[in-house]
Amino acid sequence: MTDAALADPVPARATAAKRRARDWQHLMAYAQAAPLALILLVFLVLPIAVIVTVSFWRATEFSIIPAFSLDNYAYLFSSEVVGRVFLSTFRYAAITWALTLAIGFTVAWFLAFHIRSLTWQIALFLLCTIPFWTSNIIRMISWIPFLGREGIANSALMSWGLIDQPLDWLLFSDFSVILAFVHLYTLFMVVPIFNSMMRIDRALLEAAHDAGASGAQVMWTVVIPLCKPGIMIGTIFVLTLVMGDFITVRFMSGSQSANVGRLISNDISLLAYPSAAATAVVLLASVLLVIGLLMRFVDIRKEL
Amino acid sequence: MTSRPRSFYVLSAFFALFLLFLYGPVATIGILSFQGPGGGLTFPMRGTSLHWFRELFTQQAVGDIWGSFRRSLALGLMVMAVTVVVSTLAGLAFRKRFRGASVLFYLAVASLVVPSILVSLGVGLLFDRLGLPVHWATSGFGAQLTWTLPFGLLIMFAVFNRFDASFEEAARDQGAGPGQVFAHVVLPLIGPSLIGVALFGFTLSYDEFARTLLTAGSRNTLPLEIYGMTTNVTSPVLYALGTLTTLFSLAMIGLAGLGLWLVGRRR
Repeated sequence: MTDAALADPVPARATAAKRRARDWQHLMAYAQAAPLALILLVFLVLPIAVIVTVSFWRATEFSIIPAFSLDNYAYLFSSEVVGRVFLSTFRYAAITWALTLAIGFTVAWFLAFHIRSLTWQIALFLLCTIPFWTSNIIRMISWIPFLGREGIANSALMSWGLIDQPLDWLLFSDFSVILAFVHLYTLFMVVPIFNSMMRIDRALLEAAHDAGASGAQVMWTVVIPLCKPGIMIGTIFVLTLVMGDFITVRFMSGSQSANVGRLISNDISLLAYPSAAATAVVLLASVLLVIGLLMRFVDIRKEL
Repeated sequence: MTSRPRSFYVLSAFFALFLLFLYGPVATIGILSFQGPGGGLTFPMRGTSLHWFRELFTQQAVGDIWGSFRRSLALGLMVMAVTVVVSTLAGLAFRKRFRGASVLFYLAVASLVVPSILVSLGVGLLFDRLGLPVHWATSGFGAQLTWTLPFGLLIMFAVFNRFDASFEEAARDQGAGPGQVFAHVVLPLIGPSLIGVALFGFTLSYDEFARTLLTAGSRNTLPLEIYGMTTNVTSPVLYALGTLTTLFSLAMIGLAGLGLWLVGRRR
């Protein structure tokens, strides 16, 4: 050991310096990651831990009492109403997913493959993303003059002679809920799918065409497989946003339809926190289950 | 230039309809907010006026709009600053290897997919159990960060995935210290993306509803105030407010765009 060091002191010193540099790098990494970790710990992990804890507690009319009771869960899993609400939440998610995927894919396809200049691509893409930066509540409110009994849709349909009296189901119905979801969240499909499409080597499409593939075949066998990561990311966003929603359903259905989020917020307004917490835990579990399944198909970090 | 296939025209029409779908409703309430004093929530317009905008500035009945606007503005700026700094730092950390990196990454992704009402409820309960009062600048602030930070982090990943480390090496070879490398090489290169992160941070906070619902305390932010108005205000004053805050959001986007343009031109 000493012999080697004496014989060749410079490399030994060099490795020590390298190790010091590496330790310093490690330390820096921890220091740089610490603020994020701390914030997520305090405002995400701890709150969820509290929710899980409180979900086993009992509530009286005025306060909540620490206990270990499975009553909240027993109620959740035995209540038919709750079951129906969960089903309708999944239904909203499934329908919204299908619509946003179809629209988002078509829009992304148009931007990526039919617009030929990059400047125009970027300009039109930005035009699609601007509403994302404006208020969701305002965007929901803005459907009222369209869909109301005396709204634009009804008066147009009546003046064209298509209907005799205003349609009631346009506003404050499942229709308007889905419409609002699609309006708010299609963007979350367009952006990742467009991103995936822009990375596809155009030579692949040419090659497929030259090999005699039809347009539809190119789409199914070349573009869609290569867009899968984008589709997955969009899917994750849309499903979690719809499943966790409570405000769109309440506002757009005029409080006539329910989803899990509304169930939770109703419990909260009645100060029934343990019951709200138990419902929240089940909702979280179902969302994470769905996302966990989807994440098996895509490595998000690689796709950014 | 070769002629366009027919599908181009079909898809163009589809795209135009999509834009109409995106912008039509907001444009409608933009027009309706100029209703005459006797006008209602839908067409026809009964004259045009600035009546409903004036109402916003005078009427007491619409609640504390300006107070809530000031709070939302302050909160948005706070969230913006923290989001930019913390996600840049975290982005730098993730370029190196460190223990717990993948746990932290999945935690950030989880933060994005956890339904916002859980964050709202959880932070509210946590503060309640700790005996702390909920306030928009403490609990509300933290709850919003769980939404803006993951976005900021994902943007930083996208940035550093495309980042050419040889610039840094060149600077280091010339004898620059870590601080100098960051200030003179890394920061100018990622600068435009930071403007993007800032825009995300500010507008996501400014428009956030669900996460602030149970964490803002007795003083509402603007989205909460607007939501409250939907249940008891049935006049175009609601549209006037909607138009104003949408214009404000657009101004912020414009400001970010201007910033990008200025940064780009300086190169």
